[in-house]
Amino acid sequence: MLRTPAAIAGAALAALMVVLAVIGPPIWGDAAELVNAGAILQGSSAAHPLGTDNLGRDLLARVLVAGRYSLQLALAAALIGASAGIVLGALPSVLPARAGRLVTGAVNALVAFPGLLLAMFTAVVAGLGARGAVLGIGAAIAPGFARLTQTLAASVSGADYVAAARMLRVPRHRILARHVLPNIAEPLILNLTQALGGALLGLAGMSFLGLGVQPPDYDWGRLLFDGFGRIYIHPEVALGPAAAIALAGIGFNLLGDALARRAARTPVRTPRSRQERPAAAADAGETEPGAVLDVAGLTVTFPSGVTPVRGVSLSVRPGEIVGLVGESGSGKSLTAAAVGGLVPYPGTVSHERLRLCGEDVANLSRKQLGTSLAMVFQDPMASLNPALKIGGQLAEVAVVHQGATREDARRRAVDRLGHVHLPEPEKQAARHPHQLSGGMRQRAVIAMGLMGDPKLIIADEPTTALDVTVQRQILRLLREVVEESGAGALFISHDIAVVGELCDRVVVMYAGRVVEELPVDRLADGAAHPYTRALISSLPDMDTDRALPLASIPGRQPAPAEVGAGCAFAPRCPLATGRCATDRPALEAHGHDHRVACWEAS
Amino acid sequence: MRIDDLTVRYGAFTAVDGVTLEIPPGRIVGLVGESGSGKSSVARAVSGLVPHTGSVTGASRIQMIFQDPYASLDPRMRVGDSVGEALLHLPRRARAAEVTRLLGMVSLPPETAPSYPRELSGGQRQRVAIARALAADPDLLVADEITSALDVSVQGSILNLIRSLRDRTGLPILFISHNLAVVRYVCDEIAVMHRGRVVEHGHTVDLVSSPADPYTRTLLEAVPRLRR
Amino acid sequence: MRRPLIRRLVRFAVSLAVLVLAAFAMIHLIPGDPVRASLGPAAPVELVETRRAALGLDLPPHEQLAAYVSGLVTGDMGTSFLTGEPVTAVIAARLPNTLALALLATVVALLAAVPLGMWAAVRTENGRNRGTEATFGSVTSAVVAIPEFLYAIALVAVFAIGLGLLPPAGKAGPESYLLPVLALALGPAAMIARIARVETLRVLGTDYVRLARAKRLPAARLHLRHVLPNTLTATLTLGGLLLGSLIAGSVLVEYVFAWPGLGGKIVEAITQKDYPVAQGVILVYGAIVLLVNLLVDVVLGVLDPTSAIKES
Repeated sequence: MLRTPAAIAGAALAALMVVLAVIGPPIWGDAAELVNAGAILQGSSAAHPLGTDNLGRDLLARVLVAGRYSLQLALAAALIGASAGIVLGALPSVLPARAGRLVTGAVNALVAFPGLLLAMFTAVVAGLGARGAVLGIGAAIAPGFARLTQTLAASVSGADYVAAARMLRVPRHRILARHVLPNIAEPLILNLTQALGGALLGLAGMSFLGLGVQPPDYDWGRLLFDGFGRIYIHPEVALGPAAAIALAGIGFNLLGDALARRAARTPVRTPRSRQERPAAAADAGETEPGAVLDVAGLTVTFPSGVTPVRGVSLSVRPGEIVGLVGESGSGKSLTAAAVGGLVPYPGTVSHERLRLCGEDVANLSRKQLGTSLAMVFQDPMASLNPALKIGGQLAEVAVVHQGATREDARRRAVDRLGHVHLPEPEKQAARHPHQLSGGMRQRAVIAMGLMGDPKLIIADEPTTALDVTVQRQILRLLREVVEESGAGALFISHDIAVVGELCDRVVVMYAGRVVEELPVDRLADGAAHPYTRALISSLPDMDTDRALPLASIPGRQPAPAEVGAGCAFAPRCPLATGRCATDRPALEAHGHDHRVACWEAS
Repeated sequence: MRIDDLTVRYGAFTAVDGVTLEIPPGRIVGLVGESGSGKSSVARAVSGLVPHTGSVTGASRIQMIFQDPYASLDPRMRVGDSVGEALLHLPRRARAAEVTRLLGMVSLPPETAPSYPRELSGGQRQRVAIARALAADPDLLVADEITSALDVSVQGSILNLIRSLRDRTGLPILFISHNLAVVRYVCDEIAVMHRGRVVEHGHTVDLVSSPADPYTRTLLEAVPRLRR
Repeated sequence: MRRPLIRRLVRFAVSLAVLVLAAFAMIHLIPGDPVRASLGPAAPVELVETRRAALGLDLPPHEQLAAYVSGLVTGDMGTSFLTGEPVTAVIAARLPNTLALALLATVVALLAAVPLGMWAAVRTENGRNRGTEATFGSVTSAVVAIPEFLYAIALVAVFAIGLGLLPPAGKAGPESYLLPVLALALGPAAMIARIARVETLRVLGTDYVRLARAKRLPAARLHLRHVLPNTLTATLTLGGLLLGSLIAGSVLVEYVFAWPGLGGKIVEAITQKDYPVAQGVILVYGAIVLLVNLLVDVVLGVLDPTSAIKES
């Protein structure tokens, strides 16, 4: 749980402070109180490493003893602040809506208020001294805790599982005890560490200003207050308390940071994997003359040895839309990212061939790549820069890569927007993305791809986030764009029906490999791979026989780390034989334009 | 079971505008529409999760199954405890037996009970959610987009399960989805929602073969089909 | 755009009213008689009575409040118990010095932190350069954890007393700003750098940045035009909140450097029980914080075209 060096250092420092608080007073208590008229206001010496105070008491001993009081006060302030905060934060969910909003508003206003000001306010009212300072720092901590409690409680009580419990008529107190508290207690408790650190520093600050602990009591802040007055003569007398405050502050803060981060993180375990054998070279096949995209043996590997894409080969001809289908985890999106040169950092891409319009991608300039590749992503809400106007985003490619003037680029942008049938393109160009609907944004993204001279359009689930009626329009637009520009398109989708409607050819992926490649008109009746067939028959469409149960595939797709030596589909396959489990079938020709990787394909 | 003049407002926005719908016993009624049509608000209102006007009569023990099986189970609770939460009135042993029976109804082995949600696949979690709903002995089940977070290969088995539940128990089900093909396959009747209103309601076969409302027609035409 | 602005102004007005009420109530919340508490048990009864009458403490509470508010409107915040000076004059003389310090520190912190945070994000994206990530994380969190008054003391000890390079206290020439500004800016700078890094990482992962990368834009253009503007909203929001805490921090730093600002004055007023001055200074500090938050809100509304939508 505490694996980083910073967290370990924090834990060690915090533990040291706690130990000091326990053993400090019994061991050095007497030395700290020993008045020595002969050694008043001394600087550093062998007998008194940190010097002495105005009564000749040893400052080192006093620093070591003051730890307990400093920590006690900080703990009291943190507990007061946390309890008040939790109550304040929980109130809105109990109170009537209007009163709840009032509390929320007050908390939000107070959070923005610096703690020290609240503390000074309290100090004025409650008078100088430790009590006022503790109350003040507690009051300063409360709003932050209230906000945290509110956020946590709101997210948990808005969760579907709480709604489900409410529908089951589970009593309110039980929902609170079984569902809400366990899911918010941990972050609250862990954030207390941070609050403790904050309280410690706040109290030190108050005492340092002379507003906190008053003599004859002393905490680190008070010792610093005394030492600071003598800093011009003996700087070292300020050193002890300053170091103690700094170390305690750093300790609790580092530990609190690590704990709070742990509380915020959902426990996701990434699978560790066995090392994969190098991808077989046999898949490469021959170059496809005239293809806009020609890929062979494309593999994406991550440092842990996970290989989500294994030796994929495919090609796209001019004016052709190739559909790449598969379920989540099949590697289809990563394949698209690899073709577009967008695989995120730890991933490495290798290939035997990756050619755009017959030219090796490695030989293409940024300008050529930037203008000949167009990409469209799933979420049109996220694909456009919210800070820039539509027209400016489109014009960018023309300005950067084609040396157009701003005015020319803008004119071209408006023209392209009109091309994708955006009404009033002039007006849309001057708008920000959030002023457009999802379908319009997706059109703008496609228009952006048309700013250059696209040879290949990579569309990664471009209609998944859209409604069916809008989806239909975008599919039509893609077809239109491909036919007009002569570009090829790689269309990635999980929905085989959409692919069946739009594409010319279909490439089916399973567990990182291509298992079948076939012309779209054979999809419904001529698919040869049992996975493709199962995918088609498990998808209900408008002609599915309602009298029969729907097909489904038992089991699940293996994660990239679990793929073994044989056919990855074998464990779920009704046709699988012993050979399938051990030997992987190669992707081989199966009639015209049709390739399949299956031993049992008929 | 009948919904009468149901209206849901969020501030000034009317999400559901006077919806009236009947769900006869032993039938699955599909509610389809695009995002923002108000179909999910109907689900939440019928389940009593959002404030609404209008009446829901003929069902008192309504249970809902949610879209995201990763969010609808308490991550800190064992599957068996989640399912058993509606059975707190039973003694411990009887409760365990009942949980096993319910898990069986959704084709999950009894060994699933002591596991935590994170150990299960999406399809298995959705089965657990269904078992939990069944535990409350509901007289209406509301299924809100229950397969849209699942892969196609798993979707079929969940849809089959819903149909077999109706056949075995006669439980009326309000089945909400944006996917017309799924609704057509699962439901006996279909109601089409558009901008907060039900624009057409009819038997599945009739509605699909001869839609009366222009919006229903648009929707039907937009459904992607494999070229055969 | 206009509606949210009005709502923000209303919110500001309400908060200000609550603040005035709190400042007024402060003196009344002091247990016992504040004048007696201030003058001490030895003070003659007549003096206490005169002071009470001068403060209007013998009037009914609502009349006192009315008098207090009308005084505020005309710029009358009472007179100091200690010196007899008008509180308004005390504040007017010292406020500019405090503001100069706080604003300079904010500018320094933002200018240093935003580029640093962005650089760290770009360098550590997707778990690249884990060493940089760990160093950045632990250094910034240690810097954040050390309170500004310790920086102030350390800077004085090293640069003023030890090396004798810079003045240890007071406000004289431009060089006297150097140490206080540095002491004040260090912690917030580390905090803002952390936020800027997290925000930059978030933006680097968005589809529009992927799209910009697919367009093969030059790195400078990618980072300055597509990444930076989208990180500023959150960075400035938190930066604005930090400015509030920075004003509080200035109290301690001013104290260390004997800076002729409000900070030293309020410490003195609280310890000497000079309540009118304490009340006035706390009110001014609070008003500054409210004003800063309002400004941050308004600036964000102009900078971020989507915030108008988020508001509703």
